[in-house]
Amino acid sequence: MANKITVGHVHMSGCTGCLVSLADNYEGLFKIFDDYADLVYCLTLADVRHIPEMDVALVEGSVCLQDETSVREIKETRERAKIVVALGGCAAYGNITRFCRGGQWNQPQHESYVPIGDLIDVDIVIPSCPPGAESIRNVCVMAYLLLQGTDEQKELAAAYLKPLMDLAKRGTEACGCDLMYDVINQGLCMGCGTCAASCPVRAITMEYGRPAIDRDMCIKCGACYAQCPRSFFNFDVINQFEGIMEAIDGAMGKGGE
Amino acid sequence: MVLGNYKSVISARAADAEILKRSQDGGIVTQLFAYALEEGIIDGAIVAGPGEEPWKPEPVVATTRAELLAARGTRYTISPNMMLIKEATRSYGLDKVGIVGTPCQMQAVRKAQLYPMAMRKVPDKIALAIGIFCMENFPYQGLEAIVEDHCNVKMESADKMDIGKGKFSVYTERGAVSQIPLKATHKYEQPGCHVCLDYVANLADVSTGSVGSPDGWSTVFVRTKNGENVWSKAIDAGYFETKDIASVKPGLDLVTKLATDKIDKNKKFVEARATFGVNKGLRNPYI
Ligand SMILES: Cc1cc2nc3c(=O)[nH]c(=O)nc-3n(C[C@H](O)[C@H](O)[C@H](O)COP(=O)(O)OP(=O)(O)OC[C@H]3O[C@@H](n4cnc5c(N)ncnc54)[C@H](O)[C@@H]3O)c2cc1C
Ligand code: SF4
Ligand code: SF4
Ligand code: SF4
Repeated sequence: MANKITVGHVHMSGCTGCLVSLADNYEGLFKIFDDYADLVYCLTLADVRHIPEMDVALVEGSVCLQDETSVREIKETRERAKIVVALGGCAAYGNITRFCRGGQWNQPQHESYVPIGDLIDVDIVIPSCPPGAESIRNVCVMAYLLLQGTDEQKELAAAYLKPLMDLAKRGTEACGCDLMYDVINQGLCMGCGTCAASCPVRAITMEYGRPAIDRDMCIKCGACYAQCPRSFFNFDVINQFEGIMEAIDGAMGKGGE
Repeated sequence: MVLGNYKSVISARAADAEILKRSQDGGIVTQLFAYALEEGIIDGAIVAGPGEEPWKPEPVVATTRAELLAARGTRYTISPNMMLIKEATRSYGLDKVGIVGTPCQMQAVRKAQLYPMAMRKVPDKIALAIGIFCMENFPYQGLEAIVEDHCNVKMESADKMDIGKGKFSVYTERGAVSQIPLKATHKYEQPGCHVCLDYVANLADVSTGSVGSPDGWSTVFVRTKNGENVWSKAIDAGYFETKDIASVKPGLDLVTKLATDKIDKNKKFVEARATFGVNKGLRNPYI
């Protein structure tokens, strides 16, 4: 396809779980790379050494401040990519790398790991550890429509991506406490249990209709807050769920099954 | 968007007398899930099953008719059904999941499908989402206060609870009825309900409630292609008795009125929150 967008996967300090999650779209991954996006950079999958110009950079992992290469590469990513996506809890919020304190073989001085948003402006955040394969797929399809679609598609894609852009502006810290601060303390929780289902480490249980968070277990991935229907709920987009799901399935070659 | 998008609306009740015996209204939820389970349309459904304390529901993944039947009836308190949405596909290994829930829970389902950040393998496994109409919900302790303090009935002696015609009613095992004006229950409502802008579960595949239809019958909105597909098959197979909604009293006008009242009132509340403090507001989750 002529109008493919260019995408790169930039690897900072992460476990490659986000990349595996992208790959977990299985044949959908091939569809994305066949029809919508060229993978122009990805240390694991493509032999390209230097960060190139690209439309979308999917950044996985946090930045180690003691690692000059990482600091340089995150700045290059910002300069060379039109849209920077913090892919996953580490890039967005630090996640488990927040708890590093150095002393590890063989770079004991590596101790400060910060979410990429502490060093550069981030356009879009996809929280969770790892983010669901389908959420990465949806963002890829929407990014494609935003850059290459018709006016109508551009409008839909912008509306779809807005909450994820707002999350990027919201800051670089998130943990289970955000449910307390921004949902329960604000009188918004209605006890659906989505947060408990979201937590990858099962730090949340529902007690008498409200989330109870085991803060020692929380790894700060930001999933629970982002997935809560009372953190954001975009009526313009979500009310059209049927059409959008069909459109995404169609785009992924799954229509009419 | 008062009544949401829908393809058809009808008054109905389950054909199965055993289901009707303890269902809240027309047994739509239990009958439709039981049918879908039999036909392999779903492998199981997340329902509000009985919990340890009387009238405190516990979400369960029902994979048998018996489990569906055990979860019949309305518990007017929070059942965090979404809690099991990933569990159902992982631990239970279901490929086709049914889920019942209040309008807000249907919103959670659809957000999870469109923004599945922490919902790996969920989006394409929602096979049937049934919504139940909902004006408000109560925290468990709130329900306890209503039933025990106001209605003077021990939670464990209550046989059925119902809201209708401006009253909250508790029916006891020994056949007594205790009623209080709905007004007396308002202060026990769950705060999060006051920003809720949906009465009839606009985002479900099929949504149902008692309002609009005669006692023992339910009003049913068929909303999505998927919902229409399942519902029409169930009708063809003879699982429901139906009546034209235009022929029943009080009919759709009352549904429209109650939905409009709820949404208008709560919209005002969302607006009022914007200036709750001194030049400071509380968060609006919809922008
Ligand atoms: C909090 C609340 C408020 C409601 N308000 C209204 C109203 O204002 N107007 C109206 O017409 N109808 C209302 N309903 C819906 C109504 O009470 C019935 O649930 C609905 O008509 C379905 O009845 P049925 O006979 O078809 O279902 P049944 O066959 O009896 O099955 C009911 C299903 O709902 C599930 N369920 C029960 N309690 C809950 C809960 N708290 N949360 C999630 N799932 C649950 C059960 O597990 C079961 O699967 C409300 C329900 C609830 C839970
Ligand atoms: S997801 Fe949000 S609304 Fe639902 S129980 Fe958790 S905090 Fe409450
Ligand atoms: S409580 Fe769980 S989901 Fe929420 S931020 Fe912590 S680890 Fe993530
Ligand atoms: S009133 Fe709204 S928020 Fe409250 S339980 Fe019902 S649907 Fe949920």
